[in-house]
Amino acid sequence: MDAPADTLTYMIAGYSVIFGIMAIYLVSLIVRWNNLRKDEELLKDLEKKN
Amino acid sequence: MTAQPKFLKILNVVTVLFLAAAILMVFLYAPIEAVMGLVQKVFYFHVAAGWTGMLGFFVAFVAGIIYLITHKRIWDIVGLAGVEIGLVFMLICIITGSIWARPIWNTWWTWDPRLTTATIMELVYAAYLMLRQGIEDPDRRARFGAVYAILGFLSVPLTFFSIRIFRTIHPVVIGGSDPNATGSFDMTAKMLQTFMFSLVTFSILFVDVLWHRIRMGKFADQLEQLKMRLLA
Repeated sequence: MDAPADTLTYMIAGYSVIFGIMAIYLVSLIVRWNNLRKDEELLKDLEKKN
Repeated sequence: MTAQPKFLKILNVVTVLFLAAAILMVFLYAPIEAVMGLVQKVFYFHVAAGWTGMLGFFVAFVAGIIYLITHKRIWDIVGLAGVEIGLVFMLICIITGSIWARPIWNTWWTWDPRLTTATIMELVYAAYLMLRQGIEDPDRRARFGAVYAILGFLSVPLTFFSIRIFRTIHPVVIGGSDPNATGSFDMTAKMLQTFMFSLVTFSILFVDVLWHRIRMGKFADQLEQLKMRLLA
């Protein structure tokens, strides 16, 4: 019986894409959260001044 | 914004544990497919990502209907979260499918019905985000978004059933494949268990990420209202 095709590099590429895109989305959520927190502080300061 | 609820913290841990277990099952438990070799292992997360993407679009569809009935802003936030997460996972599904296709179909891309409908679906929902960006008024944006999410959902069953309706080379995982399909394989018991576990894992991951995204949306909405108050 023939051995399976050598497709290791494609598997690595596939899982790099899966975890890469997930990581990018996770980082985007964290960055957006931090930006919202900064906005909140700024808006609360403005509210106090008003 | 208040700290994460206790149940969300538990869900975070559960998600990480399930994801770790799914990775172990894919690489250590599921056997190597006899013809395709290691690239077949991409299949477990490729299908799970596609499932999660469609789940996100379904959530947006349901949230759109509820928004049009109740006019409660929370459903607009839920809809946006569903679309955003759906787009991320569907992108993973499309790219990993292309990577799998290269050694199996000998091409990175072909305009097969499944690939075409999946790409159209991704573009339809990418346009949803663009539509929202172009509307200033929050209520109008939510109304347009809800209608768009409902109409856009037509692309989801079309994509899901495309491999069952049209002649295609894309394999059908559950149920018989088209005789023209290339890359089909019979799942062993271990493969099936890994596949089902991956589906469950990605469903849990979806709920976790959706919850986080909804919390963020609510926070952004609160800030927008505060900004409006200050500008008034």
